[in-house]
Amino acid sequence: MKKQGSWVLWGSATLGFLFLYLPIISLVIYSFNESKLVTVWGGWSLKWYGELFRNEQILNAAALSFKVAFISATLAVVLGTMAGFALQRMGKFKGKLIFSGWISAPLVMPEVITGLSLLLLFVALESLFGWPAGRGTLTIIIAHTTFCMAYVAVIVQSRLAGFDETLEEAAMDLGAKPSSLFFLVTLPLIMPAILAGWLLSFTMSLDDLVIASFVSGPGNSTLPMVIFSKVRLGVTPEVNALATLMILIVAVGVLVAMFQMRKRPQPE
Amino acid sequence: MTQSTSHQEPAIGLARLAQLFSMLWQFIGLGRVNWGRLMVIAVPYFWLALFFFIPFVVVFKISLAESAIAVPPYSSLLDWDLEEAYLNIKINLGNYLFLWEDSFYLDAYLSSIKIAVISTLLTLVVGFPIAWLIARSEGTTRTVLLALVILPFWTSFLLRVYAWMALLKKSGPINDILMAVGLIDQPIQMLQTDFAVYIGIVYTYLPFMILPLYTALEKLDMTLVEAAADLGYRPVQSFFAVIVPLALPGIVAGCLLVFIPVVGEYVIPALLGGSDTLMIGRVLWDEFSINRDWPMASAVATVMLVLLVLPIMLVRNRADDQEGKA
Repeated sequence: MKKQGSWVLWGSATLGFLFLYLPIISLVIYSFNESKLVTVWGGWSLKWYGELFRNEQILNAAALSFKVAFISATLAVVLGTMAGFALQRMGKFKGKLIFSGWISAPLVMPEVITGLSLLLLFVALESLFGWPAGRGTLTIIIAHTTFCMAYVAVIVQSRLAGFDETLEEAAMDLGAKPSSLFFLVTLPLIMPAILAGWLLSFTMSLDDLVIASFVSGPGNSTLPMVIFSKVRLGVTPEVNALATLMILIVAVGVLVAMFQMRKRPQPE
Repeated sequence: MTQSTSHQEPAIGLARLAQLFSMLWQFIGLGRVNWGRLMVIAVPYFWLALFFFIPFVVVFKISLAESAIAVPPYSSLLDWDLEEAYLNIKINLGNYLFLWEDSFYLDAYLSSIKIAVISTLLTLVVGFPIAWLIARSEGTTRTVLLALVILPFWTSFLLRVYAWMALLKKSGPINDILMAVGLIDQPIQMLQTDFAVYIGIVYTYLPFMILPLYTALEKLDMTLVEAAADLGYRPVQSFFAVIVPLALPGIVAGCLLVFIPVVGEYVIPALLGGSDTLMIGRVLWDEFSINRDWPMASAVATVMLVLLVLPIMLVRNRADDQEGKA
């Protein structure tokens, strides 16, 4: 009986993993396809990788996306850490309930609503104050920072809730000022959460299509926007090559991160 | 002598002023303010107020305007003339009336919820065995299996949806295989159907379901399952009587993590769905970018906020409270 149960379990889990990986594997294989017709096999070739690196539209969009993701992730980490710290370590303050609502709301907000509302805000601000002048890199960075900081705040908050406050109390008893307490004791303790928050923000910003489409202006297309407009017209081999490269980078990154985490003793 | 008094007097005046100021300071409570603390709270607070809260006020305002051929494409609510001394407030409820009267929007809401419910359940069914397997395995196997689940989660969402476009095409490998095996004679239309949308959703949101399920199942005490077996429960019975109730927090968390973003999903129905796949996120997008009707798009967003996001936040808070108590 038990044997049979585990057989069914392994079978369905294997099917599940196949389901997760077959599309990715097929994408990688087809990226080496010589043929222009994506689903006709024309022999192995690196042709589409060459095409990819000659495609200026894609290269520019990738550069913009990386820049936006780097700046927004960094800003989101600063603002999100402040917010998480305020919620977890600063006791009661006026408007705390509203604040915690605003922090958790972006996590459940449909992207179309976030995008539309930010666009309308930018348009209204521009007509009232003349800032931000037009839409482009700046408005995308603001939008991404706003939705990413919520994730950072939640991660930092749960990390702060998870560790012992006695360490901070001991530092205070030893006469640490609040600022040195934060930078010498609390910050090193929550560093894993901050790093995780930065990585998550970076990936989310790099991956966002909907919000960026709303708040960006003409001539400021991010990588997902360019991919989307290409893909809408059908499957293109260059996108396969791009996808393979991105999967490769992510796979290496995740494996290195996991290996590092395993090497270090888990702080409890 | 005269020099010293003339020197002294403004000094005394300044000291008085400073004293007065500090009294006022104490009175309004700023004297006790810790400026570092204030900054840590105020900076993210104002950021969110400006870029998260006020945008909704703007959306609500524009939902009461009329669509106009102008830049930006909507009428203003206030119209004033200082010389004539009149202020005209024009509120247009027409967008909301139209939402109510035209069954298209209601259909889109209901259809989004239907698609989200079905795909959440499908994700649960596909994700549960994987989560169970990971929770019951040990050591390196567990780490590797977890990494296999997390890896797709970090790769581009858009590209994962795109991968299915290639697979489901009429001339794609799935049709080829089905024809080669002899199950079908003609390639079947899979892309641009609801079927493709379900596949896409289950595929992209699977990690969101597996991770919370795994966390709950990992903590599950297996001796309880063995006890149930000793008491004569068949596996199916003990699954529903023991495992499901104990894993409920994880099941609820996973379902919410999938259901919430799926309701407002745009990319998956746009790439994998047909023109008849109605989802409210897509309606909002089209209203905005194709029809360029910003007031209508704002009205759709406002209703979506009230009917979908607020209930979800309430459910989530209740779920959090329950977990806090347990």
